This record gives sequence, C-alpha cells and structure tokens, in this order.
Amino acid sequence: MATNVIRDLLDQSFPGGEIDVEDRTGGGDHFQVTIVSDAFNGLPLIQQHKLVNAALAAPLADGTIHELRIRTKGTA
Amino acid sequence: MSTLQEQIKQVIDTEPVAVFIKGTPEAPACGNSMRALQALWQSGAPIAAIDVLPDPRIRQELTALSEWPTIPQVFVKGELIGGADITEELNASGELRVKIDEALGEHTQTVRTIALAVD
Repeated sequence: MATNVIRDLLDQSFPGGEIDVEDRTGGGDHFQVTIVSDAFNGLPLIQQHKLVNAALAAPLADGTIHELRIRTKGTA
Repeated sequence: MSTLQEQIKQVIDTEPVAVFIKGTPEAPACGNSMRALQALWQSGAPIAAIDVLPDPRIRQELTALSEWPTIPQVFVKGELIGGADITEELNASGELRVKIDEALGEHTQTVRTIALAVD
C-alpha cells in the first residue's frame, strides 16, 4: 500500500490536519503516521489513537497495514 | 472449560496490569511488544503478559472485546490504556508510573506469563 492511499484516508477523517505518513521499511506495510488536528483537542491519547485506528480500519482489518505507529497532537 | 473470550476477559478484569503481546517477555517476537514491555518495566508495573501467537483466535477475540486492532494491548485495572506508542509516550512523560501507582496502590515489580487454554 502506498503512503498516499493512507494519507488520503487520513485527510478524509482529519480535514485540515497536518498529516505525515512514513513507510518505515519501504515494504508498504509498516507505517508511521503523525497527525496534528483539532479533532484531538481535549481528548485523552487513547481516544486520539482510536480515531486514527477508525480512519484506517479497512487496511488494518485486511492486513494491508501490518504495523502502524501513531503519533497524534491536538492544535489547542 | 471457559471459552477463550471468557478467559481473556477474566485476565483483563483480574490482572492489575495485563499486556497482550507477540511472544513472551523473555523472547518478544515483535519490536512493538518489546517497546510496550520495556515501558511497563520502567514504570515499575507488575506485568502479566499473554502471548497471542499460539492461536490466531486469541487476537480475534481480544480485538472484538477491546475494539483495538493492533498488538500489543496494555490494560491497567481492566482499562485499555493503548498500544506500544501510547504506553511509551506515557512512560516518557512519567504519567504511566503515576497512573499505575494510583490504580494499584503499593505494589511490587514482577513479570509473569499467563497461558490461555486453547483446544
């Protein structure tokens, strides 16, 4: 899976967010995503990461994403 | 014998700190499982580790319960606190130790492995 596919999914869920997707191994299945979005404002980390997991639910469920590292930050 | 889901639920509900990992604390089979274990160890937690690798149904049932798609998964007093990234972040900021101290009171640092019965 290409990083831009993941970026598109994240863009849809976090419009206007600052989104970075890195293919950690070059193999298209280990990703680091970094997102700064107002959607995270006031939420505990677990809820922030749940939003990211939900945005990428399909590729996570079918195994396209083998490993996902998440870093999130609110804008407030 | 109780079902796999009941066993998983029991571990989560009764272990002060439960971490579902790939492999064992002695031989983690995944870098992220190792990261979560290290963060828990550094925060002084009594760790109960459960290997999800012996049977794919363990992970399926766990994710159905927790609604968290990836491994590892860390639970403190029955509550999912997150995967490797959150556990590491909370350890780095010192929040993990505070959370564990508050949730458990006085405790000693231990590492145990719990094997689920799969038929």
